[in-house]
Amino acid sequence: MAAAKNIDTFGSDGVSRRCFLEIAAGVSLSALFGPLPAWAAEGTRVVRAGCPSHNCGGRCLLTLHVENGVIVRIETDDRPADGIEAPQLRACIRGRAYRRRQYHPDRLLRPLKRTGKRGDGQFAPISWDEALDTVAAALQRVKKAYGNQALFVPYGTGSYNQTNGRQVAQRLLNLFGGSLGHYNNYSWAAMARATETVYGTGVTGNQRQDWLNAKYVLMWGWNPAEVRDGTNTEFFLRKARENGARIVCVDPRMTLSAVSLADEWIPIRPGTDAAMMSAMAHVMIASNLVDAAFISSHCVGFDASQMPADARDAESYKDYVLGTRDKVPKTPAWAEPITGVPRETIERIAREYATRKPGVLYQGYGMQRRAYGEQVVRAGCALAAITGNVGVPGGWAGGLALQAPNGGPLWTVFPTGANPVTASIPTFLWTEAVVRGRELGAAQGVRGVEKLDASIKLIYAVASNALINQHANINRTAQILRDERLVEFLVVQDQFLTPTARFADIVLPACTQLEAWGVEDGWKYGDEVLLMPKVVEPAGESKSDYRICSDLAAKLGLRDAFTEGRTERDWVEAALTTYRKSYPGLPALAEFEQKGTGVFSVPVTRPAVAFADFRRDPAAFPLATPSGRIELFSAALHAMNRPTEIPPVPKYIPEWEGPFDATGKKYPLQLIGHHTLARVHSTMNGVDWLEEAFPHRLFINPLDAASRSLSNGDQVRVFNDRGELTIKCRITRRIMPEVVAIPQGAWWAPDAKGLDRGGAVNVLTSERWTPLAFGNAQHTVMAEVVKL
Amino acid sequence: MSQLAFFVNSDACSGCKTCQVACKDKNNLPAGVHWRRVYEVTAGTWQKKGEAWTASVGVYNLSVACHHCAEPVCGKQCSVDAIWKRPDGIVLLDQQRCTKCNKCRSDCPYEAIRFDGATNTVGKCDFCADRLDAGLLPVCVTACPNRALDFGEIEALRSRHSTGGTPPLLDRVFPLDDPAVSRPSLLIRPHRHAALVQDRQPEVSNWEEL
Repeated sequence: MAAAKNIDTFGSDGVSRRCFLEIAAGVSLSALFGPLPAWAAEGTRVVRAGCPSHNCGGRCLLTLHVENGVIVRIETDDRPADGIEAPQLRACIRGRAYRRRQYHPDRLLRPLKRTGKRGDGQFAPISWDEALDTVAAALQRVKKAYGNQALFVPYGTGSYNQTNGRQVAQRLLNLFGGSLGHYNNYSWAAMARATETVYGTGVTGNQRQDWLNAKYVLMWGWNPAEVRDGTNTEFFLRKARENGARIVCVDPRMTLSAVSLADEWIPIRPGTDAAMMSAMAHVMIASNLVDAAFISSHCVGFDASQMPADARDAESYKDYVLGTRDKVPKTPAWAEPITGVPRETIERIAREYATRKPGVLYQGYGMQRRAYGEQVVRAGCALAAITGNVGVPGGWAGGLALQAPNGGPLWTVFPTGANPVTASIPTFLWTEAVVRGRELGAAQGVRGVEKLDASIKLIYAVASNALINQHANINRTAQILRDERLVEFLVVQDQFLTPTARFADIVLPACTQLEAWGVEDGWKYGDEVLLMPKVVEPAGESKSDYRICSDLAAKLGLRDAFTEGRTERDWVEAALTTYRKSYPGLPALAEFEQKGTGVFSVPVTRPAVAFADFRRDPAAFPLATPSGRIELFSAALHAMNRPTEIPPVPKYIPEWEGPFDATGKKYPLQLIGHHTLARVHSTMNGVDWLEEAFPHRLFINPLDAASRSLSNGDQVRVFNDRGELTIKCRITRRIMPEVVAIPQGAWWAPDAKGLDRGGAVNVLTSERWTPLAFGNAQHTVMAEVVKL
Repeated sequence: MSQLAFFVNSDACSGCKTCQVACKDKNNLPAGVHWRRVYEVTAGTWQKKGEAWTASVGVYNLSVACHHCAEPVCGKQCSVDAIWKRPDGIVLLDQQRCTKCNKCRSDCPYEAIRFDGATNTVGKCDFCADRLDAGLLPVCVTACPNRALDFGEIEALRSRHSTGGTPPLLDRVFPLDDPAVSRPSLLIRPHRHAALVQDRQPEVSNWEEL
């Protein structure tokens, strides 16, 4: 891993990978996991376990072959049945390559303490006792000096099951008197907030088997082949297409999904989707293709006839689309120069979606991680509503689309306990809470208190590389974290020395999820529970996140309260009890283990349809919106009285940095940081089987490459006012002209001059947040590319 | 004579390369050595008309390994007879006999035979013969998240994937070599854009990954 090259992570005392393998080889675990299949080699134990998966967007099954305490092969779901009701949970390339992460020579094996300046990456190994004593003392000191609000457990998904990951540290700090909370996330902040304004809930998605009922699927900025968005999502779409659905993909990149799933790809300029959606609405209204009856009975704010009482004269959705007030009809001709999409194409897609019903308009998350990202969410929901595609089989309401009928998988069931600190901040604004915490209030999205009492002074980062690598504007964040007067103590608990860990005062080595007990259910979609038994012993001195927090709890006098006398396995058993309420028939742990399947699936034979009740009888089953209906016009947003940034009807708003403004003149290329199969965000960086399959490259259109005299494979410099990085370029037809892409998540590795040689896209992104959701807008970036 | 073959649904292949890595995991292949790999084929151009961009661009992926040819040319010049064909048609390479002369590597029209510098061996896809013998499927076939790979006795495989008036399966799309040379045991369902792509000066766009 390039970022760690200039320090010796764990080699100085002779603890090496070879040594670890010898230790591990001496360990033998009893064969707990069911009968040995006849095809396994003699002496091999076979364990079926949920893939560590981190936060890839899927939850798949691995079949691990273990010899002498070492994983020697990773296969996947081998259940004989692979039907549409409960298809096999086949792991992607990342799960299949996991051995190369599990046995990576850069694994952290011992606790470390910082020996140089913060951020310089110089460390010395120390004992667990010294490490935990240091952390405990810092927690006590900061709590005494500033109060619990100065403590912070940031967002992170580098380890991600019920007993591993940040939530166990949250439980510990809650018992310690609490810590500053945070809400929303880096994935879908604007999506979640904006969907609620339309539907009053985020549960707007049907179970995916229902896609087989669709006649049309618009994959809008949605790329499940790379981001997963539920294991098997691409497989269900393939089946939908085979069943007769026409699939169209709107995206600046011709993604893996566009190639494997779509009949047609429509490139669109990033950040302009709401303009195309508005123009589609114009076509539908002008040609009378809207579902007038549904609008009349189920929506508000479409036109003057259904405006809320306190906004009778405000601009309706139809007013905006037709340009009644602003004299700008949002026609396809209007949208063409904004989006770069030919007007005829916009018109055709509008007609197709409005007439090939039922249809799915699925909105990906990338386009809402942008300036005014809320608008594209509301605009897409509006199209679903005015075409009457809500609440019907084969249709799709749009928005966040958690799974009907009850929200689908449960995310965190591990009990973190109540946080005695009531204050919380939007996840993306943590640097603000570091540099000016006491100024933050409602205007910055603070909840629970009027103003914060303290800035963040101690950060306990577990499985989080979001402090440096995945947060926006790395150079700014690094400067903030280097200043020890701001964050006075930073402890990082992780499996590798990430760019974030390089800023730690103390580094605590966590084991992988294959080395500790855990359990999970599906990722957003899916109806299954995956057991994650401990497969092999932890590497070196590493421990599970739960065990580390237990040991730290002991130093703080909280061990019994923290553990309740339970091991990780006991917590898994407790989690199964919670899951059983959603997954009836889920066996108890002993039986689950004995079966050896690793997964419990609930077949979906009659897929649930979101809003089916509301569709049938809107009076008896009103939505949780203020009006009880689908809010094309939101009175709540209207009352905020910030129409230029938070309009009550969805609008296209030019971004704060874009191709049409002064920034665009200086830096003419729009840059997006898409997801890659080479990593899960920044996790799995440096895994050779993944890097060779998907080399880290800047993707650039042949026309833009030619005008810059670039050849394929040239080392280029990518820069704007916030920073610069260097990377090789891949010239490809699969990206729109004037747009370039760098897969997000590569590890930041600045040279002495600050040029990032790791290719971390966040050296170029901005910390500015979206106006309504306080979400990250990390895809709104202008940059220039030159040959290095 | 019996002949096993792979079926590749290029139309459903995203190029995710899970097959490639499943193969590497099963066969313990280091970085740089691929027994299964995926071509990314692209063609076409971009035009600007007024303020709008139009892409007449086509892309498809093709996952390939050893094609276990009916008339394998790789073994013809092997001086130690290290390459042989099982009764079920699988072409095998005997590591014990192999002298690493590398002649087979240059003779194979599909670059299916690979040299592993770390172990000083020449190797290739063996159709997961050990798994087949144990009643299991080739690991790549079980890996594909989009269920785009299959295998079987070639004519049965052909009829299994030729239902419902689908166009005939092919044994060649760009960039594969002329099948007359060695008669590869390969059935391809071409991508829906394959004809368009092949009409417009197609090229392999991911040589560095192959």
